[in-house]
Amino acid sequence: MRRASSSTSRTSWECPLTTSPEAVELPARTGGSRRAGGLVLGLSTAYLTLIVLIPIAAVVAASFEGGLAAFWDEVTAPAAVAALKLTFVASLLVVLVNGVTGTLIAWVLVRDDFRGKSVVNAVIDLPFALPTIVAGLTLLAVYGPQSPLRVNVAYSRAAIVVALLFVTLPFVVRAVQPVLLELDREMEEAAASLGSRPVTTFRRIILPNLMPAILSGAALSFGKAVGEFGSIVLISGNIPFDTEVASVYIFKGIEGDDRAAAAAVSVVLLVLSFAVLAIADVLERRSRRHDA
Amino acid sequence: MRSAAGSRYTLRTVALGYLALILVIPCSMIVYYTFRDGLGPVWDALTDPSFVAALKLTLIAVGIAVPANTIFGVMCAMALVRRPPKHGTWLINSMIGLPLALSPVVVGLALILVYGQDGWFGGWLTENGIQIIFSTPGIVLATIFVTLPFVVREVIPVLREVGTDQDEAAWTLGASRFQTFRRITLPAIRWGVAYGVVLTTARALGEYGAVAVVSGRVAGKTETLTLHVDEEYLRFEYVAAYTTSLVLALLAVLTLVAMNVFKPKQHKEVADVDRGPPGYEAV
Amino acid sequence: MSIAVRQVTKRFDNGFVAVDNVSLAIASGSLTALLGPSGSGKSTLLRIIAGLEEPSAGDVSILGKDVTGVPPQKREVGFVFQHYAAFKHMTVRDNVGFGLKIRKRPKAEVKSRVDELLGLVQLDGLADRYPGQLSGGQRQRMALARALAVEPKVLLLDEPFGALDARVRKELRAWLRRLHDEVHVTTVLVTHDQEEAMDVADRVTVMNEGRIEQSGKPRDLYEHPANEFVMSFVGPVNRLGEEWIRPHDLELRLEPNGTTSEAMIQRIVHLGFEVRVELILDDGRHVSAQVTRGEVEQLELLEGQIIYVRPSRTTVFEHVSSS
Repeated sequence: MRRASSSTSRTSWECPLTTSPEAVELPARTGGSRRAGGLVLGLSTAYLTLIVLIPIAAVVAASFEGGLAAFWDEVTAPAAVAALKLTFVASLLVVLVNGVTGTLIAWVLVRDDFRGKSVVNAVIDLPFALPTIVAGLTLLAVYGPQSPLRVNVAYSRAAIVVALLFVTLPFVVRAVQPVLLELDREMEEAAASLGSRPVTTFRRIILPNLMPAILSGAALSFGKAVGEFGSIVLISGNIPFDTEVASVYIFKGIEGDDRAAAAAVSVVLLVLSFAVLAIADVLERRSRRHDA
Repeated sequence: MRSAAGSRYTLRTVALGYLALILVIPCSMIVYYTFRDGLGPVWDALTDPSFVAALKLTLIAVGIAVPANTIFGVMCAMALVRRPPKHGTWLINSMIGLPLALSPVVVGLALILVYGQDGWFGGWLTENGIQIIFSTPGIVLATIFVTLPFVVREVIPVLREVGTDQDEAAWTLGASRFQTFRRITLPAIRWGVAYGVVLTTARALGEYGAVAVVSGRVAGKTETLTLHVDEEYLRFEYVAAYTTSLVLALLAVLTLVAMNVFKPKQHKEVADVDRGPPGYEAV
Repeated sequence: MSIAVRQVTKRFDNGFVAVDNVSLAIASGSLTALLGPSGSGKSTLLRIIAGLEEPSAGDVSILGKDVTGVPPQKREVGFVFQHYAAFKHMTVRDNVGFGLKIRKRPKAEVKSRVDELLGLVQLDGLADRYPGQLSGGQRQRMALARALAVEPKVLLLDEPFGALDARVRKELRAWLRRLHDEVHVTTVLVTHDQEEAMDVADRVTVMNEGRIEQSGKPRDLYEHPANEFVMSFVGPVNRLGEEWIRPHDLELRLEPNGTTSEAMIQRIVHLGFEVRVELILDDGRHVSAQVTRGEVEQLELLEGQIIYVRPSRTTVFEHVSSS
């Protein structure tokens, strides 16, 4: 080992032998770092409060301005009920379809291999990157009156479903992909060696392990679907009691200065959003635990 | 498990077919409809003052929302991971997650109820001659709201994974907390931040519902690119609408490219797999 | 004394007491090992000395100055982590020079000092690599160079070889001892490996459940352990009722002589020069003896054989009864 130069070698220190060290009083700096940390947390909370909490609180306050009875009246108004029902049913339908197609697409992306797969994988996120109004416009072009495929669903409930299928496409796929990737192949191999055919193996071995992820993705697509606006507003026609969804009902309420109606239905969607967040959170934790 | 080749092709065909119908064909139609009448109308649409104004406004909104939410995102992630508060974490997490799950029109309504004429701050704002709703600040606020979660949610897992060892080492070497943050922590989380910024930008460019509510929709003044699409369509100016859509779609494709460049780098830190943007996972 | 720890206690938020009223003095220039099982509080104590944790009670002095409440930046301690804590986005050179750059030393000085240190830890030529391109042992040597670059008054190592394989661990252990002999910084090493502690340190402090069991030279701890915990932790031991017997203190004879007990050889394990003979006594208790290869050959020991054992030295611990 090379000899260290004098700048690194140390002579023994003359250590002041004391039993109770007479301290040179240095200023105690314990508070410093804690204060800085508290400041960061405080600023973050203030930002969140200003940007998110206060506006949300305003919606809740506005919906109950006239009291509980008035709120109830608004929420049970026939047009509101129709809009909420349509939103709910359409979203549920879309979620069911996504549960199947999303899992299928995730399966193909993980287990299969073909040229251009990475492009297909990247394209899945397009509904996230593309503005909803643009999505609505092009869906109208392809599945509306001028449809080159001769499929015209414009101004109908089917149009709503098509639009929702577009914007919710990525959720289940992206929720299932990582779980599928980490799934232990040995389970399937064991099942096969015991005589299970591919379909049975899928049903009894793979699917139960994917279920939390599928449900988590489904919950998130449901949340997106019930609030969706931009992609629906052009293609559905927004006919009350027929093709008017909750978000359009709210929009019309704002434009028509009927704030009470808008706020009341907004609170319903708000509660749904919270519920979706909570459920998806629980489910996502469960799906992670499965591959521990 | 070796599926029979036949069933593998079937699955692949069904999956790709579904994607083609729902995703690919509609998006490719944008190009077709833009250039259907030739290049002339496209050029007119791009040089139209209202398009340019819309582009400017969109860029302003993005230019404010992205830095604001990036700074907030990193700060909030540091607070939540390194020094979590004893109570109320669930409230903070809910507030962060809400913009992802909430309908954009509700966002718009919420902002009107606070900053509008009869809103909570309305009186004070009118007294001081500040206009938020139906004007640029309102659009910026709406954009900030809907793009709030992305940087936070991308940085939190990276920060957790990186841990405190490197920071503690820097402290023992004499670096102050700020120096450590700048030289050690930030570089360690840089891919998480980059990915979050890409997502934030994409969402800011594409927001429609919330700005549709808070904007006065005055063409040339309070329109973003997305509102411009809507406006031109309602005026039967289809080429203009599709041209603007194509511009937005190209920006979307750029986003996808950026996402795919940054995603593996970011996920190398977290040792995770393709999770997509936040909102696809709830944590 | 280089480091004086006085009545330090650390209680965590969940009520767990990691360090319980510990007092310790560490002589300057020495290499002290804090030895103990996981959860004994040794790492926490080390981090308290470094300023990375605040004690709930008590104080710490370094070179006579009270540093309780002083942040780690100002304590002039070098710290080496079990998992290296390398700055992954910086080259080896930038890692080692980090502390000097923070102190705004001129570039030329930083460069020459870094080169000097890289030579000291035998990482010459790797200056422009990134930590990810180094082996575990190289990374830890880099971490040591980095800590030494700013001439700390005290060097603290938290299980520095824990993440390395056995052979690298032994090499680096010896290397650390040689480095210490050359550089003479007061060093405190935390480890759960008694062999490592006994091999490297001038003094060993054994900790258990947040308290110090015994402090002293390695040999003293081995030959005059203060209690059962220390005896069983610093080396293998047989326990027969109240008697504690080291395996090499068990004599083996072919013939009884009145003071021996009868035993059957269950297994003979050859560990190089040493041989461990596992025995079962006639009352069913198991003991093991440690003998040399020569003895085994001389006595012609075989598995299943009946032989006679006698402890040449036993230790009994007094229990102070709490009235």
